[in-house]
Amino acid sequence: MANVPENLHYSKDHEWVRVEGDIAVVGITDYAQNSLGDVVYVELPKVGEEFAANESFGSVESVKAVSEVFSPVSGTVAEVNEVLNDEPEKVNGDSYGEGWMIKVRMSNSGEVDSLLTAAEYEDFTKAETE
Amino acid sequence: MRSTDITKVTSHISHNEALIFERSQTGRIGYRLPPLDVDETAIDEIVPKKFQRDDDLEGLPEVSEVDVIRHFTRMSTWNYSIDLGMYPLGSCTMKYNSRLNEKVARIPGFANLHPLADEKEAQGALQIIYELQHHLAEITGLPGVSLQPAAGAHGEMTGVMIIRAYIDARDGEGASANRRTMLIPDSAHGTNPASAHLSGFSVKTIRSTAEGLTDLAHLREICSHGDVAGLMLTNPNTLGLFERNIQEICQIVHDAGGLVYMDGANMNALVGVARPGDMGVDVIHLNLHKTFSTPHGGGGPGCGPCCSTAELEPFLPVPRIVKSESDVSPGGGATFRVDFNYPQSIGRVKAFFGNYGMMLRALAYIQTHGNDGLREATEAAVLNSRYIAHELASDYEKPFDAPSMHEVVFTDKRQSRKGVHTLDIAKRLIDYGFHPMTIYFPLIVQGAMLIEPTESVGHQELDQFVAAMRAIAREAVDDPELVLNAPHSTRIGRLDEAAAARKPVLRWKPKQAASAG
Repeated sequence: MANVPENLHYSKDHEWVRVEGDIAVVGITDYAQNSLGDVVYVELPKVGEEFAANESFGSVESVKAVSEVFSPVSGTVAEVNEVLNDEPEKVNGDSYGEGWMIKVRMSNSGEVDSLLTAAEYEDFTKAETE
Repeated sequence: MRSTDITKVTSHISHNEALIFERSQTGRIGYRLPPLDVDETAIDEIVPKKFQRDDDLEGLPEVSEVDVIRHFTRMSTWNYSIDLGMYPLGSCTMKYNSRLNEKVARIPGFANLHPLADEKEAQGALQIIYELQHHLAEITGLPGVSLQPAAGAHGEMTGVMIIRAYIDARDGEGASANRRTMLIPDSAHGTNPASAHLSGFSVKTIRSTAEGLTDLAHLREICSHGDVAGLMLTNPNTLGLFERNIQEICQIVHDAGGLVYMDGANMNALVGVARPGDMGVDVIHLNLHKTFSTPHGGGGPGCGPCCSTAELEPFLPVPRIVKSESDVSPGGGATFRVDFNYPQSIGRVKAFFGNYGMMLRALAYIQTHGNDGLREATEAAVLNSRYIAHELASDYEKPFDAPSMHEVVFTDKRQSRKGVHTLDIAKRLIDYGFHPMTIYFPLIVQGAMLIEPTESVGHQELDQFVAAMRAIAREAVDDPELVLNAPHSTRIGRLDEAAAARKPVLRWKPKQAASAG
């Protein structure tokens, strides 16, 4: 069963958000990394780029496919996880920790409230696999 | 003597082959030059010092001719090819290519003709192009044909560029700038969005319904925005399902001022039975290297002709090959011309006339089949796929109920409960002597296995394939480890695909060999 930590917010595109003040840390969920298989390359944006909610900010390439990743919130990229350039496998090994992708300075922190809770996301993934 | 007692030489057929670098023996050479019969010139007089290498070609293998020949010949026997057995790669149409087509392509008059030969001296070659265009127009129901594109994705992009040029001409540059959205279903080939993007369009994805077909409500909604230039649709789609609402889909897009491009990758399900032009499609590409039995894979060359409605014909690439109404050949027959005079054309997309050898093969394929034969091939391709769909339905999950066309998709849902996934099933299939099916595509089906047998597989081999797949389904339950560690019968076992992608070793280097040793 996929790991779904309580304290995070989730999108239907299988990204997670951790709120730290006006910063949103974004990555992909355990369920997503498991479905993708071994990640071999992560393409991330540059610091300073702006994204609207649900806009694609990069892509994840696994042995199976290349998939876009979407920013669940609007804002400006404050930091990207450079470690993933050399160690994309962190996305598989620690998707909620060292496998984080970008930090977004949110322009509308209210958007977080429309995301799924852990319980809702768990139900959502169950429905998807059935 | 038992077979296990035999000490095999390293070149034994069952052994892995040493690298050519590892075969190197100091001082071995594969040639002997005759004694010099002119005065020797100092190398420095011909090649400046800075361009001379001083490492004495360190690391290059020192081998004799026979070493080289045996090394590469041995490895060439390891290839799995369509001439060896069934190749059920979904969405690839790996049908057998008749030797007759090869013979035709090698006729010296065609094979040795220079592409810059004068029109008068190339009448036969031009006639071949013209006649193939005519056949493809009849098969697709679309009268404008260009054989220039070099392969499928190239044909796609040509089709999209034609749509763009048409809309620019129809709406005027200013207004057409607001019409830059290309719609693509979520089941499409990945090359579709790439072709649209390269041609200056932004892509919007159309959802599939639970049945696996284009979601008409979603299509209508996005078409109502007024910025739609076109739709790129594969039919049958990549789930192997016929888009039965195709006429309505075309109508919705046309009503919104857009055009419909059809990806012809799956035409093997339609040739001789149904015509995209009759369905309302405006432009299509064909893969001669799939549907029309020209060689496929190994990097080509391919051929991806574009066929269009009469309305789009002025925008097709130039030059175009036309039949001259006024000139008559000395023998009294028609003559053929290379015509550049199409001012609205998107221009040239390929040097000379495209990959000509493919055209000869495709024409030979079409003419040897005839109308009835083409239809029969299509029927057999669909029948073979449905046979597999039926025979495997009790062992593998089939995500869609609709009858499959030329290919059928299954999932690993049942097997994954035991930890056996699509990749493992594909690897195990190698042990049974089959090339694996397409895996993890289409992306919208989790654990997809896309199987396309094509018409060139007989009943007996279909049954062998079914038996192998059923045996693997049993193994997944009784002995999952056997499947998880497959293949077992190959020279090299399961490869680490992630490591190969993350840390690729792309060439041999002396230092690596030394440190590995």
